[in-house]
Amino acid sequence: MQKKFVRIGVSALAIALLGMLITAGRVGGTAAAQEKAAVTAEVKIDNFSFGPGALTVPVGTTVTWTNRDDIPHTVVSTDGVFKSKALDTDDKFSFVFTKAGTYPYFCSIHPKMTGQVIVQ
Amino acid sequence: MPQNKKDEILHDHNHDGIDRRGFLKCMAWAGTGALCVMQGGVLKSYSMSRASEWNAARMAGDLSFAQISDSHMGFNKAANPDVAATLKAAVDKINALAVQPEFLLHTGDISHLARPEEFDTVDQILRGAVAKDVFFVPGEHDVIGDEGKQYRERYGKGTMGEGWYSFEKKGVHFIGLVNVVNLKAGGLGNLGGEQLEWLEADVKLLKASTPVVVFAHIPLWSVYPEWGWGTDDSAQALSYLKKFGSVSVLNGHIHQIMQKVEGNVTFHTAASTAFPQPQPGKADSPGPMKVPAEQLRGLLGITDVNFVRGQHALAIVDSQLG
Repeated sequence: MQKKFVRIGVSALAIALLGMLITAGRVGGTAAAQEKAAVTAEVKIDNFSFGPGALTVPVGTTVTWTNRDDIPHTVVSTDGVFKSKALDTDDKFSFVFTKAGTYPYFCSIHPKMTGQVIVQ
Repeated sequence: MPQNKKDEILHDHNHDGIDRRGFLKCMAWAGTGALCVMQGGVLKSYSMSRASEWNAARMAGDLSFAQISDSHMGFNKAANPDVAATLKAAVDKINALAVQPEFLLHTGDISHLARPEEFDTVDQILRGAVAKDVFFVPGEHDVIGDEGKQYRERYGKGTMGEGWYSFEKKGVHFIGLVNVVNLKAGGLGNLGGEQLEWLEADVKLLKASTPVVVFAHIPLWSVYPEWGWGTDDSAQALSYLKKFGSVSVLNGHIHQIMQKVEGNVTFHTAASTAFPQPQPGKADSPGPMKVPAEQLRGLLGITDVNFVRGQHALAIVDSQLG
């Protein structure tokens, strides 16, 4: 009897532990899902300008630029952090921002075109 | 672009009433270059779109050459679906001149995306020119991705630095400058310290009576800085040319004809052989102008630009022939 009781106790403990793990897992999963839902942002290139000109995003965000002009543009970090190839009409360029900070950038062929990504 | 498809009518994807055949018929504004004639040490520039009105006797000079610009090979949008055909039209017009120019000047944006096949197509079309010598400077489209390495391999043999050089023709000193490399965020065209030093030394020993022709892609005068139509350090370059009696500056980039005189310097910009761009500040951006075919006729023969910014009006030299 005593042995059986112990065994049940162990099982109960195991179930409790498992439940905690599942809960923890679920919490972790929810956080990951939330992060995933928020990790993309868009910048459109129209009429020789970046829109929005200043974009604020959380750490881990993938920012995608799309060129909607009839003229090619580039997306080049002023500090050398990222650099796209020539983006022809409807071409895209993406970069994942893994560190907080302010990232100024410009179009290297039309340098009047400037923008920045603020990562928090 | 396959030549056998030249007369094929494309669908009107953009719903702007332009088909390829109609477009090519009406685009006499394009396919144009400028004929430059040195007369008594002074350069005069004539738009090729008015060649039928020319008086050859009045235009005879000591030296003539043709400027073409902004062929943008590879561009295929509604503003011009066949830039190869219009470049070829420019070459045909030059070849038809009674007196052949000594050489051609291409003031940049040879290609649209600096792709090898784009340069190849331009080279092939220019081989059809009677004038065999072609002098180039790069546009910002020619240096995309490699800061001009490919451009210099193709067109920059014997040049200095990023591709600048000078040469003499019949007593005229020609200087090709590069202002499209190492551009800075927020800035305009840029020559850079090394090129400026070279320029100063290049002209130092020349006599003040030597006619000087400077050519570069982005205007070396402040046409419209809001659209990047100017060069940050052009004033310093021009300061080295103050002693000369005759200085002519030829640019491309803005896809329209403008001329201006400032002291001893005459500035000219050339039309594009590919597509027109709007007048400064007259559109949301300097992107290609998509104009209906019937409006293209109205663009014929436009050589004057009345540009007034603030209180400062630009003086315009009208090269129209009476």
